[in-house]
Amino acid sequence: MESRIVDELREIVGPRGLITSREELHTYECDGLTNFRVLPRAVLLPDSTEQVQKIVRVCHRERIPFVARGSGTGLSGGALPVENGVVISLTRMNKILEVDLSNARVVVEPGVINLDVTGRVAPQEYFYAPDPSSQSVCSIGGNVAENSGGAHCLKYGFTTTHVLGLEVVLANGSLVHLGGKISDAPGYDLMGVFVGSEGTLGIATKIILRIVKRPECVRTLLAAFPSTNEAGAAVSDIIAAGMLPAAIEMMDNLAIQAAEAAVHANYPNCGALLLVELDGPAAEVAALMANVEEICRKNNAWEIRVAQSDAERGLVWKGRKAAFAAVGRISPNYIVQDGVIPRTALPNVMREIGRLSAEAGLRVANVFHAGDGNLHPLVLYDRRIPGHEEAAEALSSRILELCIAAGGSITGEHGVGEDKKKMMPKMYSEPDLETMQRVRCAFDPMQLSNPSKIFPRPRLCGEKPGEYVAHPLETAGIAERF
Amino acid sequence: MDASVSSKAIANTFEADVREIVTVKYVRTAGKSDAVAGAQPSLVVEPGSEQELAKVLKLANAAGLAVIPRGGGTKLEWGNRPERADVILSMARLNRVIEHAWADLTVSVEAGCTIGKLQETLAKHGQRLALDALWPERATVGGVLSANDSGALRLRFGSLRDLVIGATLALADGTVASSGGKVVKNVAGYDLPKLATGAFGTLGVITRAIFRLHPLPKETRTISCVTEDVRDAQRLVLAIQNSKLAHSALQICCGGEAKPRVDVLFEGTEAGLAAQVEQAKSMMGSTITDAGKDVWSAREEVCSAEKTGNAEFAVAKFATLPAQMAETMETIARLSVAGLRRNIVAQATGVGCARFEGEASAIDSALRELRAEIERGGGSLVIAHRPAGITTLDAWGNVGDALPLMSAVKQEFDPRRTLNPGRFVGGI
Repeated sequence: MESRIVDELREIVGPRGLITSREELHTYECDGLTNFRVLPRAVLLPDSTEQVQKIVRVCHRERIPFVARGSGTGLSGGALPVENGVVISLTRMNKILEVDLSNARVVVEPGVINLDVTGRVAPQEYFYAPDPSSQSVCSIGGNVAENSGGAHCLKYGFTTTHVLGLEVVLANGSLVHLGGKISDAPGYDLMGVFVGSEGTLGIATKIILRIVKRPECVRTLLAAFPSTNEAGAAVSDIIAAGMLPAAIEMMDNLAIQAAEAAVHANYPNCGALLLVELDGPAAEVAALMANVEEICRKNNAWEIRVAQSDAERGLVWKGRKAAFAAVGRISPNYIVQDGVIPRTALPNVMREIGRLSAEAGLRVANVFHAGDGNLHPLVLYDRRIPGHEEAAEALSSRILELCIAAGGSITGEHGVGEDKKKMMPKMYSEPDLETMQRVRCAFDPMQLSNPSKIFPRPRLCGEKPGEYVAHPLETAGIAERF
Repeated sequence: MDASVSSKAIANTFEADVREIVTVKYVRTAGKSDAVAGAQPSLVVEPGSEQELAKVLKLANAAGLAVIPRGGGTKLEWGNRPERADVILSMARLNRVIEHAWADLTVSVEAGCTIGKLQETLAKHGQRLALDALWPERATVGGVLSANDSGALRLRFGSLRDLVIGATLALADGTVASSGGKVVKNVAGYDLPKLATGAFGTLGVITRAIFRLHPLPKETRTISCVTEDVRDAQRLVLAIQNSKLAHSALQICCGGEAKPRVDVLFEGTEAGLAAQVEQAKSMMGSTITDAGKDVWSAREEVCSAEKTGNAEFAVAKFATLPAQMAETMETIARLSVAGLRRNIVAQATGVGCARFEGEASAIDSALRELRAEIERGGGSLVIAHRPAGITTLDAWGNVGDALPLMSAVKQEFDPRRTLNPGRFVGGI
């Protein structure tokens, strides 16, 4: 980057807010998905909305692509830097600005850690509902970009359900307010589109969240089944009985072994484990829990435990939440996959995963938000063995194709990012993708905000038939025409 | 050839082409009852499929004709008067429930299906779309989505944006695009179903939607109580919200000289309800009335498009913070002193409806003053119905600094302004 631009950026954020040395830049070359790495030209650490605006204005003027980054825990390469671009890290914008209990609203900066929101309002018995497994480190800004879910979104919904308003710096540096503390602002629900847009529509610099009152009672049941088929049948029966638990999680034997090795959650060694959490008024929970137990027994659960204390509940969840990392105990390398299927397709899809796994000679551990059909198959491999990594990647893609064929989605909560954009045309038709990009063109016609993510083929905004004129993105080598 | 002759020629060609597409039977000349907020269209077209609809739309777009999509027509007068109105695109024939995947708690439905018919289908498997929209027997899926209409159940289940998981849109240029899908959890691509929700049909015509569903409750109980005044009512509502009760709906009704009433709805198992009702009663004190389930039709009464007697009337939707509801209701009472009758229903979410009856000019000034006051607090007042003579009052009010962005989105989706021109915010 030209030194005059570096100087101008330094002027904005101060010397301590600018990283340009190669060694330090390596920290930012990837997010939680480490197989993609790109070294940014510079990393900026603004501490105010104004600084973000100034940085983005410079980027806009100089046609420099930028990538906003929160805690960098994303699993789809959404915060992967782009060639010749800068990273705008929002970790210094980490203040909880306002807590309004009577309206159940909290206003935060994007760098605030997910769990810290709950931490702040816990004394008044409120909580912030979206709970991705990384909640102790991931940021709200990142959650907004990815529309993060978590185990409890079956009942409570996703990040988008809990975001009421956003202050956004657009790619030209201007500031807009989408939604607000008060719901139903007149106009298009641009906030609804922004949440989950993976940093491609601008940078959220202030977020208004809804918080939820803690339920009177929470009970977690753990049931051991001979196989995922019986556990899956139990899930269907719970839903058919008209219940909406706070969470229903499933782990297969390999995932159980991994969790046991890592955190000693004291799980029974079984073919499939179901974890069902009910919350609400005590009498209601007691009545429904009896029903859940009965359904599990009927579907051949051979051991059922109900966590009796918060400590027991904590342990049960610890095993589940640590499952991804725990797989490291039983395999040197693994790919975390994220796909969604209609719940009823579970037996078929599991059978197919088993078949593909045997065919490829690779083990697959399954961790599953069973209530909403969100699968996390973990493909285990050993990078040192030639051909293993490629085989694992191929298997992982095949599993996503299974999800699409079953009428599901290529991602339930990790996002498309860099990783899955090649899968988008398998899930959506060309007109579908082209229509989505109309939104992109309205927000960011230059396509400077996290370009080259989500869409396999960026639509050049203002594309009109006629004489060929090179788009700035083409000359910059970011996009090409096909 | 002068301009009027040429536009007539275009219209004639269009009509002939449309007859080819949907057959003669489904094209007719528009009558007086097809007028939209005073704007008279010339043609009513009823496509029989998504493809037919897209073709009609594409032709209209090419011919520069303005298209007004219409479902049950229950909320057609909401929004501003259209700048132009040529073709009514009726969704009446796109009315199938495509797939009720009850074991997956989802439903895929065509936009012209009424909410009533949808709920009836879902109930066969003990499920529902957890939405109490206005006039479900006539209102359609597409209309309810486009107008973003939700009632008291929103408190627990969210509004349409939280229930819709997939949508198919026919754009003005004939593009048919889907986004979202039939799984509840899905973050692949932009969330266009949310963009279409509440867009008043200005970005595209919703042809299909997919919703997440909820089980029908086993038991329900409604309890109501009369409060001293709106401050007292708000205190009670905030206390209930701050309690650990798991209520599904909570509203304040007040109108005329009657004292405000607070209604709370519980849904669940018999065992669970008994304990909750006891707890709620202890919070409500001694003025509990046995108002029954009918209280939940209060919103329909307030929003009704029927005149009471000869008086002019207006209906407006307000949105404030939950803790500002009393203030808003006091403002409405103060502004109603000048011979206006009022009726209000406000949900615990801070969203409510107000009805004013009386002289048109008094209603006009009350609405303007009320909007100014609510907007000062960061809220909004949207006019759903207004007396015939009041034309200068914008239906939407202040949109804030995102209006240029909204216009840019409109420009990308419908650059020729074919769909519902002028009806939405900021002249969109």
